[in-house]
Parts: sequence; C-alpha cells; structure tokens
Amino acid sequence: MLKFDAVGHVFGMSRVLDRVSLTLAPGESVCLVGPSGCGKTTLLRIAAGLVTPTEGGVKDSFHRSAVVFQEGRLLPWRRLLDNIALGLKAAGVPRRERRARARTLAAELGLADRHDHFPHELSGGMQQRVALARALAVEADCLLLDEPFSALDVGLRSEAQMLLLDLLARRGIASLMVTHDLTEALRLGHRVVVLSPAPGRIVHETRVERPFAERDTAFLYEAAGALLRHPAVAESFLFRPDEVSA
Amino acid sequence: MTCVSEGVSRPFRRGPFRLTGINAAAGQVEQNPIILVCFLEKGMRHSLATRGIETLLGWGGSLTGVLLFVALWEWGSQAYGSFLLPGPRDALAALVRLTREGEAASAVLATTGRAMAGFALAALAGTALGILAGLSRTLGRALQPLSTVLLGIPPIAWIVLAILWFGSGSMATVYTVMATTLPVAFAGAQMGALTRDRRLQEMADTFRLPPLMRLFDVYLPHIVSYVFPALVTALGVAWKVAVMAELFATENGIGAGLAVARVNLDTAAAMAWILLVVALLIVAEHGLLRPLQRRMEPWRQTGRGVA
Repeated sequence: MLKFDAVGHVFGMSRVLDRVSLTLAPGESVCLVGPSGCGKTTLLRIAAGLVTPTEGGVKDSFHRSAVVFQEGRLLPWRRLLDNIALGLKAAGVPRRERRARARTLAAELGLADRHDHFPHELSGGMQQRVALARALAVEADCLLLDEPFSALDVGLRSEAQMLLLDLLARRGIASLMVTHDLTEALRLGHRVVVLSPAPGRIVHETRVERPFAERDTAFLYEAAGALLRHPAVAESFLFRPDEVSA
Repeated sequence: MTCVSEGVSRPFRRGPFRLTGINAAAGQVEQNPIILVCFLEKGMRHSLATRGIETLLGWGGSLTGVLLFVALWEWGSQAYGSFLLPGPRDALAALVRLTREGEAASAVLATTGRAMAGFALAALAGTALGILAGLSRTLGRALQPLSTVLLGIPPIAWIVLAILWFGSGSMATVYTVMATTLPVAFAGAQMGALTRDRRLQEMADTFRLPPLMRLFDVYLPHIVSYVFPALVTALGVAWKVAVMAELFATENGIGAGLAVARVNLDTAAAMAWILLVVALLIVAEHGLLRPLQRRMEPWRQTGRGVA
C-alpha cells in the first residue's frame, strides 16, 4: 500500500503540489493525468523517495518499488543483460544467478536475441523494454512509471502498453503511472486520477470498470470524451487541448 | 594530429550512436582532417564497398601529405644548402649512423623510460585528484587554482627548479615531465567527473546502488571518456618536455643527443633525433593509448542492428 497524505510541495517560490491525498492498493493500477507542469512527475518522484515533500507525508508499505523513467536511463556502457541485472547486482546477487534471471526476463520481454547489445544498438522501444525488465528484475511489487511510452510512436506504444498490462496482471504488481495522455490512462488504469494545472490538486477521479481486454479504441475515445465533459477535467486540459489526442 | 584526434574522441553525451561510425573509421582517417570532414558530412550509412574505398582514399590522402612534406623538405635543403637544412636523405643517413653506433637505441630507451615514468605518475595522481575534485565541490574549489598555477608555469622553469632540487640526472627529467603533465590529466578527469549524468545518478538512487558500484558502474565509464583524450595530449607533452629536460639535465637520452649535435654543429644528426622523437610519439599513441581506449570502451564502437 502506498499512501499520500495531504502531500504538498514547494520548489523555491512556486508551489507545485497542493494537498494531494491518494492511495495505491496492492495490485492496483492508478494513472495520474494532467497537463505538463502540473506536478505529476514530482508526485512520482516523491513516491520513489527522490524528493522529500515539504508538507504532508507518504507511507509506503510495499516490499519494493522500482521506477521506469521517461527516457530509459540505461547505462550506455553496459550490455543488455548487465543493464537488466543492475538492481540485482546492487543487491549483491552473484553474477551467475543475476545473469540467469536477467536472461529469463529478456526472453519474457522479447529481447532474447540481443543479450550482448549496448543500449545505443537498440531501438527506442527495446530500450524501454530493457528499462522495464530492469525494474521487474528486483521483484518490485510496485512500479512507478514516468511517461514510459511517450517517446514511442503510436504502433510501438500500443504494443508496449499491452506488454505492460500483461506483465502487471501476471505478477500482481501495483503501478502508479504518470501520463499526459488521457486515452493511455484509460487503457492502463483501474483508476484514473486527474490533476489540475500547477499547483497540482486532484480535481477528478474515476474508476474504469471495463476489463482491460475489452478496452478498444472506440471505448477509449468515448471514455475520454465523457471524462472531458466534467468541467474540472476540461479546465485541466483547457490550456493544452492538443495533448488529449492519442 | 593530437588536436584532430581529440575532436574525434571527445565524449558525446546525448547520443553515442551518432558518432560511433566515425569513431571506427577514425583510426584510419585521423591524420587527415579533410577526409574526416567528408565522413562527417556524408553521414554514416555507407555500404561496405564505399567505406573500403574511402578508407583507401584516406590512406592515399595521408600518404600524399607525407610525400608533399618530404618534397618540400628536399626542396628547402637544395635551396638553402645542406648545412642549414640537411635533406631527408642526410637525416636518414645520420639516423642510420646513430643506430649503427648503438647510440639511438640507448637514447630511445633512456628517454622513453623517463617520459613514461613521469607520464605514468602524472596520469595516476592527476586522474585520481581530478576525479575527487570533480566529485567534491569543496575539493574542486581548493584544487582548481593550484592546477591553474601549475598549468601556467613554463616547463623550462620546472627544469631549472628540478635541477636545483634533485641535481642533474633522470630524477630531474622525470619530475619535470610529471609536473607539466599532471595538470592536463587533472583537468580531464575533473571535467569528466563534473559532467556526470544527473539522470543516471537518480536512476542509481532508485536502484540503491552502493557507493563503490556507483563509482565503477556509473561514474568511471563516463569519466574515462574524458580522461583518455586528456592523456593523449599529456603523452605528447610528456615526450617533448622529456627531451627538453634531457637537453639540460642529463648525459644520455635523445635530448642529450640533441645537445651534442648542437655542440658539433651537426644539423643532420639533430634532424635524425627529431625523426626519432616523432616516431616514438606516434608509436606510443597508436600502439598503446588508442588500442587501450578501444579495449576499455567497446560501447563506443559501431554496433550491430538498428541504432
């Protein structure tokens, strides 16, 4: 369980978060949406322990959480398997075992024939899959994802989303995902939480009841349209209407 | 040459893949900046055949440059007389004579020993201090002026001091080499440590990397890419300074040979010694440092698959 309790944060003179309270249950997938600069990434960084909030508190009772960053952040000088096994190496897992576990994960994520490639030899989609594998390798029960697919083109993105859904469901991992794409949030979340422009507050929250497998494109656009009819949501996206489109 | 090769191997943080094609080719073309520019302009996606032809052209270009230089040298020697400017053949003859007499080999050994000893000490100490100075802001501030002062002291002044402190001999030369090359290694390492990627550091935080692993897996590989070009520069400096120090401080070595040539007004021998130094420098850079860099940074080389 990850619990934000009236979290507020101030960077220098400007307030980025304003009394955000949010709970992430085990196995649950929550998507945070909001316009650029609304503090959603800051919220994620607070959850990851990279930032200490100036107000309120965070209670994290998950066994282990891992972060997938927007731009992969792989080590350019390490080969694919070693990049996946990075967290295991940090935990002191012996080389042979961590490489075996990395190999299994690589196979599961469709990277089996590229064990010895350096990150720059991989496409953007593959790099993101390596980053995902690296997060899964430490046996996290909570994934924190910061717009992990925003750099991918439409086809790759949808493929990566399906892969993520599958991995999360099979392992029962909870996830808190930040995105500025409403349809992505509606496709991947049990719950969608909308933040206002800075300072970020929760202005709307909706539970998506339909099972993941039945969320087709038609449903996504319809649900996004319905969501945008809420005045608070519309206002959040008013300044950047282009970001609503998938 | 050093300046061109520096341009090639200077680290490129955002996208190593953009330069890797050149990197592989750089081994062949770095003596020739014009061809390098051609490579840059044409981009990297060449077929193997085109690349082969360009490599050949690269070699041909370099050879043309060398031959042109030799021709100019010969012409100068004809115009000004072989006393002022002995031709390439005179210089080679002198080199052969020095080699036969065994003087060249022992001089090369002595100079190499001193230059490499001073260079190794400077590389170790300078890199270690530079990394510390880059990682710790306070230490960086404290060491920065010191490094600037050291860089500002002319090598000739170090030679005078070294002779006063250590007397004439190898020690004075080694010390002078160390004192002049240390700031170069320091600056490279410090720059590398200062420019480390904050985003990777954050990633290291979230995966709870212990300090030693952070140093070896995250910081050092990045720093190395800054240290190597600095070391190549330092190596060139080391050789030149070693020869200069020997001129004043020792009885043997290439510098001492040059001193003897001066006393005897033997310009051809002086030229021969110069040829030797240049040859040594090229061997050290391309026989030692470059292969070492390729070994240590395999991730910079052209890769397979999609980039």
